[in-house]
Amino acid sequence: MAIIHVDGKQFEVDGGDNLLHACLSLGLDVPYFCWHPELGSVGACRQCAVKQYKDANDTQGRLVMSCMTPSSDGTYISIDDKEAKEFRASVVEWLMVNHPHDCPVCEEGGHCHLQDMTVMTGHASRRYRFTKRTHQNQNLGPFISHEMNRCISCYRCVRYYKDYAGGPDLGVFGAAGNVYFGRAEDGVLESEFSGNLVEVCPTGVFTDKTHGDRYNRKWDMQFAPSICQGCAVGCNTSPGERYGELRRIENRYNGSVNHYFLCDRGRFGYGFVNRKDRPRRPLARRNGELVAVEIGEALAQAANLIKAAERAGKKVVGIGSPRASLEANFALRALVGAEHFYDGHSSAERALVARSLQILRDGPVPSASLRGMESADSAFVLGEDVTNTAPRVALALRQVARGKAVQLAAQKHIADWQAAAISDIGQHDKHPVFVASVAATRIDDIAAATHRDAPENLARLGFAVAQAIDATAPAVDGLDDATAQLAKNIAAALLAADKPLIVSGTGSGLEAVLTAAANIAWALHAKGKKVELVLAVPEANSLGMALLQGGDLDVALAQLAKGDATVAIVLENDLYRRADRAQVDAALASAQLIAIDHQDHATVLKAEVELSAATFAEGDGTMVNFEGRAQRYFQVYDPAYYDAATGVREAWLWLSDLRAQARDAAIDWAHFDDVTAAVEQAFPALVGVVAAAPGAKFRLKGLKVAREPHRYSGRTAMRANISVHEPRASQDADTALSFSMEGHNGIQKGDRPASLVPFAWAPGWNSPQSWNKFQDEVGGHNTGGDAGVRLLDPAANASAIAYFGPVPAAFAATAGSWRVVAMAHIFGSDELSARAAPVAERAPKAYVALNPTDAASLGVGEGSLLDVIVSGATVRLPVAQKTELARGTVGLPLGLIEMPFVKTGSAIKFAQVKTA
Amino acid sequence: MSEPVIKLADLHKQSAAAAASTPAPFVMYADDRAAIEHEMHHYEDPRAASIEALKIVQKRYGWVPDAAIAEIGGLLGIPASDVEGVATFYNLIFRRPVGRHVIKVCDSISCFLTGYDDVRSAFSAKLGIQLGQTTADGRFTLLPICCLGACDKGPVLMIDDDTHGNIAPDKIDQLLERYK
Amino acid sequence: MSAVRLSGDTHPLTYRIQPDLKPLDLKAYEALDGYAALRKTIKELQPGDVTKLVKDANLRGRGGAGFPAGVKWSLVPMGADAPKNKYLVCNADEMEPGTFKDRLLMESVPHQLVESMIIAAYAIQARRGYIFLRGEYIVAAQNLNRAIDEAKAAGYLGNKVCGGDWGFELFVHTGAGRYICGEETALINSLEGRRANPRAKPPFPQIAGLWGKPTVVNNVETLSNVAHIVLRGASWFQGLNQGKSKDAGTKLYGVSGRVKNPGCWELPMGTTAREILEVHGGGMKDGLKLKCWLPGGASTDFLLPEHLDLAMDFDTIARAQSRMGTGLLTVVDDKQNIVSVVRNLEDFFARESCGWCTPCRDGLPWTHKLLQALERGAGQTGDLEALEQMTRFLGPGKTFCAHAPGAMEPLQSALRFFRGEFEAGIAKSPSQVAA
Ligand SMILES: Cc1cc2nc3c(=O)[nH]c(=O)nc-3n(C[C@H](O)[C@H](O)[C@H](O)COP(=O)(O)O)c2cc1C
Ligand code: SF4
Ligand code: FES
Repeated sequence: MAIIHVDGKQFEVDGGDNLLHACLSLGLDVPYFCWHPELGSVGACRQCAVKQYKDANDTQGRLVMSCMTPSSDGTYISIDDKEAKEFRASVVEWLMVNHPHDCPVCEEGGHCHLQDMTVMTGHASRRYRFTKRTHQNQNLGPFISHEMNRCISCYRCVRYYKDYAGGPDLGVFGAAGNVYFGRAEDGVLESEFSGNLVEVCPTGVFTDKTHGDRYNRKWDMQFAPSICQGCAVGCNTSPGERYGELRRIENRYNGSVNHYFLCDRGRFGYGFVNRKDRPRRPLARRNGELVAVEIGEALAQAANLIKAAERAGKKVVGIGSPRASLEANFALRALVGAEHFYDGHSSAERALVARSLQILRDGPVPSASLRGMESADSAFVLGEDVTNTAPRVALALRQVARGKAVQLAAQKHIADWQAAAISDIGQHDKHPVFVASVAATRIDDIAAATHRDAPENLARLGFAVAQAIDATAPAVDGLDDATAQLAKNIAAALLAADKPLIVSGTGSGLEAVLTAAANIAWALHAKGKKVELVLAVPEANSLGMALLQGGDLDVALAQLAKGDATVAIVLENDLYRRADRAQVDAALASAQLIAIDHQDHATVLKAEVELSAATFAEGDGTMVNFEGRAQRYFQVYDPAYYDAATGVREAWLWLSDLRAQARDAAIDWAHFDDVTAAVEQAFPALVGVVAAAPGAKFRLKGLKVAREPHRYSGRTAMRANISVHEPRASQDADTALSFSMEGHNGIQKGDRPASLVPFAWAPGWNSPQSWNKFQDEVGGHNTGGDAGVRLLDPAANASAIAYFGPVPAAFAATAGSWRVVAMAHIFGSDELSARAAPVAERAPKAYVALNPTDAASLGVGEGSLLDVIVSGATVRLPVAQKTELARGTVGLPLGLIEMPFVKTGSAIKFAQVKTA
Repeated sequence: MSEPVIKLADLHKQSAAAAASTPAPFVMYADDRAAIEHEMHHYEDPRAASIEALKIVQKRYGWVPDAAIAEIGGLLGIPASDVEGVATFYNLIFRRPVGRHVIKVCDSISCFLTGYDDVRSAFSAKLGIQLGQTTADGRFTLLPICCLGACDKGPVLMIDDDTHGNIAPDKIDQLLERYK
Repeated sequence: MSAVRLSGDTHPLTYRIQPDLKPLDLKAYEALDGYAALRKTIKELQPGDVTKLVKDANLRGRGGAGFPAGVKWSLVPMGADAPKNKYLVCNADEMEPGTFKDRLLMESVPHQLVESMIIAAYAIQARRGYIFLRGEYIVAAQNLNRAIDEAKAAGYLGNKVCGGDWGFELFVHTGAGRYICGEETALINSLEGRRANPRAKPPFPQIAGLWGKPTVVNNVETLSNVAHIVLRGASWFQGLNQGKSKDAGTKLYGVSGRVKNPGCWELPMGTTAREILEVHGGGMKDGLKLKCWLPGGASTDFLLPEHLDLAMDFDTIARAQSRMGTGLLTVVDDKQNIVSVVRNLEDFFARESCGWCTPCRDGLPWTHKLLQALERGAGQTGDLEALEQMTRFLGPGKTFCAHAPGAMEPLQSALRFFRGEFEAGIAKSPSQVAA
C-alpha cells in the first residue's frame, strides 16, 4: 500500500503498480496508447505524461510518463497541470499527422480508443499542412482487415501478437516516420488468437473483417452478456446484433476467465446464427415431406406422438446435448423423466466426461480458472492438444512460460509492468511447460520438452510422472529408459515449482490419460504443492450435461432400435456425430423423431416434427464450463421483432409447452428463472446455477439493464420496410435486461453485477478500453465480483488419496489394424463454428494422417488417396504424413463436417490404396 | 529530399517487380551459409548474427532478395518477420535491387557546409538519376548517407567500400571511371 | 596532425600515430610501450584496483555525455554472486554529424583500443567484448580485426590473458547503418540482432544489458585512455589538462566546415574553442566570417563567435547553454542561411529517428517540413511558434531517449540567436505559400 498525491488529493494505492495503472484504477482519466493492462508498459507513445513533483513543496515538477513511473509511497503528481495537458494534446496532434481522418468510413469509428483520447486531450484543430505518408495494406485472411494508414505506431499489435500470443508472423518493419506493422508478405495471420488484434489495436488498423462485411457502429448494436459456445472454456463474450443478425463478437471482460482475450473460433465463429438455411419455423412431416407449420400445430403433433407411444406402452427417450443449456437439457429431462433422459455425448465421451467430473469433484485438487492458470510456474500438458480443443487455454499456457522472465526480473527489482526490461532480462528463459501429445502441437515452441506417442503410452508416461513424484502412486512396468528419464525430469520440474499446473482432457479419447493426469495432480498435492488441474472436455456444456446424469446414448439407441422406445426427442444434437451411422440409422428407422435444433443436419432431416430452436443469441441459458463454473448467457435480440411469424423459440420453452400438452397439464414454468430454480431443486450438485446471474426481477434503481447503448439510432425506422408503425420494443419477461436503450447503463462502482454487463461503455470511453471502468482494479476482477459461480470445489476431506489405476498396457502396432487418434482443429472440429463461413474457410480438408514409415509400408505418400473403412463405410481421404505420429496409429480430423463418426481408440482398416 | 529508407508501401510491389526481372531464384550459397553459421558462434544468441547474415547475402546479391529473409530466419531460428523487421530498419541493407556500384553521398552538416549540394547535383546531372534511383544500365545507385566521420575532408562520399574525400564536382567523371 | 613529434606523456592517445596514418602492427605497438599496461594489470592489479584508478583519474565519457567511466564500471555486480556472463562493449558507432575522432584512433592505433578494452574488461571481469563498429568504417574493421588476431596470437586475448586465469574474447561487430545505434541501449538491441530501439533505463546496462547480463558500454576514445591511466597513473592523467579544466586528460578536438585546416588533434582538456579553430584549424577560409558553431556534433546547441574563448569542457560549455558533446567543432560561416543549416540538421534527425516514440517519430518530420517551408519562403504565421513548441516538447524527459532532445538543441539555439532569419521565411503573400 502506498499514498500518492494527485492534484492535491490523497489516494491509497497498491504501490506495486505504475502511476498510470494506479490512476486508472482510481477512476482518474489519464490518456494512453501503448500501455495495456496485460501487456505492461514500454513508454513508446508518450501519451500518458503527467507532472511529477519531488515533494509537496516542489512547484516546478517535470513531465514523466505515468506508465513508466512507479506509484511509490509519497509520489506527488498532477494530471491537470497545464504543461502536462499541452504535452498530451501535442502527442495526439503528432499521432494525427499521418492519420487519414477517415472516421466516417472507418469500422473503428464510435468505439475507437484514438477518438476517445483525441477528445480527452482536447486536440481539436489541425496544424500540420504537409503531405501524409501512405502505406499499402495487406490481405491477412478471412478474419482481419488491415488499414495501415490509420496506424499510430503504438507497437501494441506486435507486442500482443508476438510477445504475448507467440505468433511469429506479425512484425514491425521500416524505421523513423515510416514504420509498418504487418506480415513479411500478404497472407493469413497464423495465430489462433489473431482476433484480439481488433481490440488491442487502439485505432482502425486491424478490424473485424466478418463485421466489416455487414457493418454498423457499436452504438447501433444491441448486446447481451454472453458465453462463447465454441468450447468448454466458456469465455465471456459480448455479441452485437443489428437487424436480427449477429454482427460481431467482442470480448467481455471476466477477471477469472478470459479477461481481455478470446480465441478466433470464439470471435469469428458466430455465423451459424445468421445462416439463411437455419430452421426458423417448426416443421412437421406431411406425406413424407417436412413442411412448415404453425407453432401450435407442431406442438400438437409432437404431443400426439408422445401420447401415442405411451398409450402403446412404449418408451419415449430424450437425448440431450452438451451444446445446449442446462435449462434446455433439464426441460427435456422433465418431459421424458429422469430414467429416459440420455446424455448427448457419444457413449465413449460420456464416460470420459463423467470421469473428468469425478476427478474435479471428488479429488483433492481444484480445477484451475482460466485466469488462474496464468500464474502457474510450471505445467504439464498430457495428451491434450489444447490449442485445438480448448484454445484459450493455449494462450494462458504461454503466460505460464513467460512468467519466468517476470520472476527473473523481479530478482533484479524490476516491476512486473516493465514489459521491455522483463523480456530483455528473460530472453529465452521460460517456466517449464511439458507437452506430451499424439502429434505436434501449436505450443511446442514454449515447451521445455515434448513427447509424442500413442495415447496409451502418454498415459503411461503420466502414471510414471505421478509415481516419480509420490512413490505410493501406481508404478509403470516396462518403461523404456528415455521415457522413464523424461518422467523423472518432468516430476522434478513440477516439484520444483510452487504452483504447478496439470493440463489434460478428453481429447485423447482415453480414460487412462485422465486418470494419469489426476494421479500427477494428486501426487503433487500430497507433496504439498498448490497444484491445479485443467481437464478439457469436449463441448461448451459438457460438464453441465454430465452433472445432469443422463444415461448412455448407446443404450437409448439400442432401445430405439429394438422398439422398446418408439419416440426419440433429440435436443440440439446431430446423432450422426455421436454414434456410427448404422447404429443411428437403425435407431431412427424404427422410431419417430422429434428434433429440436437451430441447425439443419442429418438427424433433423429424419424428424417427424422439427422444432425450431433459438441459438444462444436468441435465448437465455446456463452452461458449466470445464472449470465447473456455471455461467449465464442472455438473449441478444428478439427474432420476432423483425419477423412476427418466426418460429424460433427457446428449446426449454418448446419442451415445457410440449410437456404440458403431452401430459394435458398446466404449464408450470412461466419463466426462464423457474427452470433454473427447478434445476437446483433437482440437483444439489447444481446449487449455484441460480446465483450465476441475477434473475428477471433484478432491478437497478428500479430499472432493467439496457441492451442497447444510449446512442442507439434508427429504431423508429428499422422496421419501416415492414410497417411504418413503430411497435413497442420487445419485452423481456425472462431476464433483467431490456431490449432497449432505455434502462440502466451506469458505470458507478458496484452498480451492476458483472454478469449483467452487456457491453462496455463509459463516458469518454467508447472503446473496449472502457472495461477499465468495470473493474475493481484495472485488469483485475470485475467490480462486485467476476461473473459466474464455481460449482465444483475439491472434496473437503480428500486427504487420503486413492490413486487411480490400472496403468494401461503399452501400445503396440498391430499389422493390418490402425488405432485411430483424433486430430482436433480449432477451425472445423466444432460443429457450430464450422458453419460460419470465415471459419469454414480456415478449416482443413479432411485427411488421413500417418507416420511416413507406415505410409511407405502401405505404398502411399503425401497426398495419395487412401480409402479408409470406418464403421462399415468407406471414405476416401488424402494422406498427410506426420513424422511425430506413433507407428500403428492413424490420425483422423474427427468432427470435420466431411468426416463420419469414428470412435477414437477404435481400430480401422484401409481398403484400397490409390496414388494421386 | 528523397527518403533513403525504402518506403514499405512500395516494397512489395517493388520486390515483386524485381523478382520478375531477376531470372535466377535466390539460393543460399554453401560458403555464405557457413559464414553465417560461423558468425552465430560469436554470440550468446544466434539472433545476434541477423544483421551480419543480411550483409553476407547482400554481398553476394547486391541486395537482399525476398526469399533470403525466410532462409536467414530458418538458419538463425527466428521468425522471418523479425528478419524483415531488421532488414527494413537498417539503411545499409537494401531490400530492392541496386546498381553494381552504390554511391553514398554524405549529406550531413559538415559536408552540407562544404559543398554537398553541388556534389549531389553533379552526380544527378552526370548519371541522370535522383537520390534513391539506379541508372538504366544498372551501373550506379545514388543514395544519401549520414555523416561518414570524415568531416575534415568534406564533401565526402563512399562508392561501394571506398571512402573519398574533398570531392570536387568537376572531378567526378574521373572518380566514376574507376567503377565499371 | 601537427608536425611536432609527440610524446606519450603529453599526447597519450595519438603519439604513436604514424605520419601516414598507417596502423601500427603489434610489434611496432609493443615497441612503443604497447601492452605494458595490460601486463601490469594482470600481474599487479585486482579488478577493483583498475576501476579505482579510472575513477581517481576522473576519466569522463568521451561519447558525448561525459559520465565518469569509473563510476559506471563500479555499478557492475562483482564477486562470486555476480552473473557469470558480463560484457564490455565499445561504442564505435561514431555517426554524430561533425565527429571524426574515433575513426582516427581505430584506423591508426587499433591495438591501443584492444589493449584498453582488455584492461577494462578485466576491471569488470567480463568474458566477452564487442566493438560495435559502424558498417561504413571498412578500414577500421580490417585494422581492428588484424589487431585482435595479433593480440590473440600473442596471448593477450583468449582463455588465459597474459597467462593468467582470466579469459577474454573480443569481437568486431559491424553495424548496418542508423545513427541511433550509437545510443547505448539501442546499440545493445542492435548487437542482439534486433531493431535498434533504445531501452528504458532503469534497468541500466550495468545491471541488465546485453542478453540481460551486466554490460558496460564506453566510447572508443574513453576506452583508449584506459591503458595509459594504468601505465602512468591517475594523477598524471589529472594533470594532462595543464590546468585548463576541471576535467581530466586530453581530448580529441577538431574542427570542420569552411576553415583553412580542418582536422582533429589531441589537446589538453579545456583548450579554448578559439585555439582549436584559429590555431589548429587555421581560422576561417579567406573571405568568410564565423557566424556560429556547434561545439561537439549536430546534437549540441549553437554557440556564437563571442563564445570562442570558452574552455571546451563539459561544464564550461554546459554553462553557455550548450554541450561539449564529442568536442569536434562544426563552424558555420556567414554565407550560410541558418534556416538551411538547421533544415539540414533536422533532416538528419528525422531520418535517423528509430520510430519508437511519438514526439520524435512524428514531430521531427514535421519540424523538417516546417523548416523546408521556411527555407523556401513558404512559411506561415504560427510556424515559428510550432517550432518552438517542438523544442519544448521534444526535449529531455519527454521523449524515450536523447535522440530527439539532441535534435532540438541546434534548433532552439538557432531560433534564439537568429530568429530574424526564420521570420524571413514566412510568406508575404499567398502565392508564396503555394510555391
Ligand atoms: C542518439 C544518440 C547517438 C549516440 N551516438 C553515439 C556514438 O555514435 N558514439 C558514442 O560513443 N556515443 C554515442 N552516444 C552516447 C551513448 O549513448 C553513450 O552515452 C556512450 O556510448 C557512453 O560512452 P562514454 O561514457 O564512454 O561516453 C549517442 C547517444 C545518443 C542519444
Ligand atoms: S527519441 Fe524516441 S523515436 Fe527518437 S530515437 Fe529515441 S526512442 Fe526512438
Ligand atoms: S502509455 Fe505511457 S508512454 Fe504509452
